[in-house]
Amino acid sequence: MTVSVRVPTILRTYTGGVAVVTTQPGTVREVIKNLDADYPGIGGRLIDDSGQLRRFVNVYVGDEDVRLAQGLETDVPAGTQVSVIPAVAGG
Amino acid sequence: MSCRECGHTCALGSQHACDQCFGPLEVAYSLPRISRKAIESGPLSMWRYASLLPVPPDVAARPNLDPGWTRLIRADQLAKTLGMRELWIKDERGNPTHSFKDRVVGVALAAALELGFKVLACPSTGNLANAVAAAAARAGIRSVVLIPADLEPQKVLGTAVYGCCLVAVRGSYDDANRLASELADERADWAFVNVNVRPYYAEGSKTIGFEIAEQLGWRLPEQIVVPVASGAQLVKIDKAFGELVSTGLVADSPYRVFGAQASGCNPVATAFRAGEDVVRPVRPATIAKSLAIGNPADGPYVLDVVRRTGGVVADVSDDDLAAAILLLAATEGVFAETAGGVTLAVLRQLLREGQIDPDARTVIINSGDGLKTPDAVAARIAAPEPIPATLEAFEALEPSLRQVTLREAGKL
Repeated sequence: MTVSVRVPTILRTYTGGVAVVTTQPGTVREVIKNLDADYPGIGGRLIDDSGQLRRFVNVYVGDEDVRLAQGLETDVPAGTQVSVIPAVAGG
Repeated sequence: MSCRECGHTCALGSQHACDQCFGPLEVAYSLPRISRKAIESGPLSMWRYASLLPVPPDVAARPNLDPGWTRLIRADQLAKTLGMRELWIKDERGNPTHSFKDRVVGVALAAALELGFKVLACPSTGNLANAVAAAAARAGIRSVVLIPADLEPQKVLGTAVYGCCLVAVRGSYDDANRLASELADERADWAFVNVNVRPYYAEGSKTIGFEIAEQLGWRLPEQIVVPVASGAQLVKIDKAFGELVSTGLVADSPYRVFGAQASGCNPVATAFRAGEDVVRPVRPATIAKSLAIGNPADGPYVLDVVRRTGGVVADVSDDDLAAAILLLAATEGVFAETAGGVTLAVLRQLLREGQIDPDARTVIINSGDGLKTPDAVAARIAAPEPIPATLEAFEALEPSLRQVTLREAGKL
């Protein structure tokens, strides 16, 4: 079983224009690492030099914002969808 | 456009996030030299500052709502009640759909049409929904508005009336916002005003700062208290003050910027108190729905501005914000929405704590209209008992009729 990852437009240059890709389950950190193995460079767009999620990147596991869960250590079970979304202003 | 976070630049377009670091993109442009006189002879709307905005030069001539140029009210009675020397209210109820959102939508609409978008869209806590639906109607284009399903009925009605496509999303504003972000990636000709055309949209809030300075006689306030939802308004008011100084329109003078949140949604105030520069999201639980953004995108920049200028970000309870709405109404005849109540309540709290100088020239923002959020104070207002239409009945009632005094209002 795999997990699917929804890729925002600005990162689709790494995935050849594909919006949803699949990879192996694990923690969010591991999923991003797996993703980077398949699409080299994409991990560095999400994680900063100190190994933390960049502050304008929102990652959801299913409906849950990982910052409201265990951050990069949040579990991503097989069959779930991860969404990566740039932070946006409100109204 | 340039990234606020890492400085990376890219071509002008409908992208809002940096492809290097996801940071927010801003429209980069050089400011023209413009005289006070040229501005003063411009239209009585925010378009008097068109040359300081990313809009076409003829923007005022195109079908739009002509937002802005709202009143700056000298609030002497409120100041007296609070023990302050000089207090002003920037009253954004005066906009076409009764909140400051008409300003940001004004810029977003102009940009959306320039960039070739066909639909104006947004996720919204209500005020933006009203503004987008009305502006799209006026411009003759389609609009799609995503709102959290529990929004106040007045804001739902005040959006649907303009004939837009209204979608109620189960969950909070942050859920609607997330859906909008995903949709913006999938609908190439939809301009989500606060998502994919946000770099333009956000610039509209600068006009609040421009107007305050012009209305104060081309000078900056010494202190300003601004409500914080996404944080963009506070950041852009600070940017406006900086641009007025750099273009020589006002003299450089120190000012302090204060941020106001509701305790039920206070991620920026919490980060401020903790001395952190990362804002941890929260699940909102406050009656101040227009401020109920648990994951505020401009939060880190609010912290930067407030710390740089020597201000504070504070939060107040729903009880305190409701009391502040009544205080403002009874002292100045201004019926503010919950966000305005939050702002005044934070001013009161910071005065009590000695963190705001009562003798400094101070401006507070009332970002919207109390008629959109009547539930906030309804329980505190007694409905009058009907009487027969006779002189006798009135005279029998009269001894019990009492105006709320300034002293009483100050204790609300």
